[in-house]
Amino acid sequence: MIIDHPLLGPRDSSEFTYLGDARLIDRPDPDGGDAAAAFYQYAYLRDNPAGWHRELWFHEAGDRSWLVVTRNTLTHEISKVELASDVARAQGRSK
Amino acid sequence: MRYSGFRVIKEALTGHKGWKPAWRDPEPASYYDIVIVGGGGHGLATAHYLAKEFGQARVAVIEKGWIGGGNVGRNTTIVRSNYLLDGNEPFYEFSLKLWEGLEQDLNYNAMVSQRGILNLIHSDGQRDAFIRRGNAMILNGADADLMTTEAIKKKYPFLNTDDARFPIKGGLAQHRGGTVRHDAVAWGYARSADSRGVDIIQNCEVTGFRIENGVCKGVETSRGFIGAGKVGCAVAGSSGRLLSLANMRLPIESHVLQAFVSEGLKPVLPGVITFGAGHFYCSQSDKGGLVFGGDIDGYNSYAQRGNLPVVEDVCEGAMAIFPMLGRARLLRMWGGVMDMSMDGSPIIDRTHIDGLYFNGGWCYGGFKATPASGFAFAHLLARDEPHPTATAYRLDRFEKGYMIDEKGVGNQPNLH
Repeated sequence: MIIDHPLLGPRDSSEFTYLGDARLIDRPDPDGGDAAAAFYQYAYLRDNPAGWHRELWFHEAGDRSWLVVTRNTLTHEISKVELASDVARAQGRSK
Repeated sequence: MRYSGFRVIKEALTGHKGWKPAWRDPEPASYYDIVIVGGGGHGLATAHYLAKEFGQARVAVIEKGWIGGGNVGRNTTIVRSNYLLDGNEPFYEFSLKLWEGLEQDLNYNAMVSQRGILNLIHSDGQRDAFIRRGNAMILNGADADLMTTEAIKKKYPFLNTDDARFPIKGGLAQHRGGTVRHDAVAWGYARSADSRGVDIIQNCEVTGFRIENGVCKGVETSRGFIGAGKVGCAVAGSSGRLLSLANMRLPIESHVLQAFVSEGLKPVLPGVITFGAGHFYCSQSDKGGLVFGGDIDGYNSYAQRGNLPVVEDVCEGAMAIFPMLGRARLLRMWGGVMDMSMDGSPIIDRTHIDGLYFNGGWCYGGFKATPASGFAFAHLLARDEPHPTATAYRLDRFEKGYMIDEKGVGNQPNLH
């Protein structure tokens, strides 16, 4: 698989380390009332879809940036690659 | 029809006209006591043990494609019970004991071959870890043998024990481990279950669960609604996809694992050997091909095919330990979808929905577990209590903090 890095251009996926579902960006509030249940779901439960999947890849052997890659789990086709920091900022986060 | 040597001779002399299909092709009934979703090894084994050991006859196995077309026909056929943790080892040893009596139980030649498995040791730390594992195995009634370099040299003279980079310092052997003809396992279980009245319904895709007031009443399928007292799901890599139809999220990611076979060779490898300095395992099939594999690709996938970096990695492992493999051509490679759980161990449990049961999370070690998985799932479905060897395989163990993490790498499925 070739991941089209937003800054570096097309890179081989073997330069990257895979973390998983991009929902892992949204860490639950540790002070929330349902923190235990929310962290259980955050840490252990996954949608695991057959089809389009937004997921976190780390460019470990490159610029060490985190990417959000939109990839089809049935075909391995990649439709969109974003910097995870841009995705987080777009959600109102400061970093 | 019982299979026997006499029967083979009789059919040979009469033009092989007497063989009958090994199982029926029934239309689905409107109701079964138990419906098993998934006609793979685990689902068919569950049906066999439900009928044979637990007296359940009104059972159906529903399969989207054809039986045995998924992971039971895609694995590297290895059976063993060399686990460390208390939650795992008794279960896998139970499974190995069932393998040992499988062919007599099923009246089917599954080519169970206890040719032994050897995990190579390349460092002092690894020796300590394997001694601990071997002791855990022996404590749970399995066999384990710490082999010296000399003993390994004698049994496997082609191994380079003095390799400068990965010297072989010994090995942990389980002589009762080995290989089994994987397709025959699916077919043998199917034939046995069918002969005891189980309906095996192929080309029948589950499209939904009918859940009323928190109780599962049956499954919607591409061939109509099928009512059920209990529904058991044993669909391995498709677990997330299937259980999402019941609005469940699972502690599972689906990943692709590749496997490989070389061209046929004369006998060169008398057992199963695993390389301890990388992730590589290899055995020789009775047809002569060297069957081998390594790591999963490491990203979510339902594609049943992988990518080239892992092919390279596996072949590097092969060349490190068996340089002779470099002279053989790679004949075929393929992929299967693994239900990678969050702690690397499986789940056999009820769900929060009454009448809906789940069997999955086998990671890439489901084949060796097939008989015990079927037996334990049948036990759970028939009696509503877990089999004594499978009590740790609870669905809520992640929430409660009772992980069964053999490698101790935490909730990262692609590292298990």
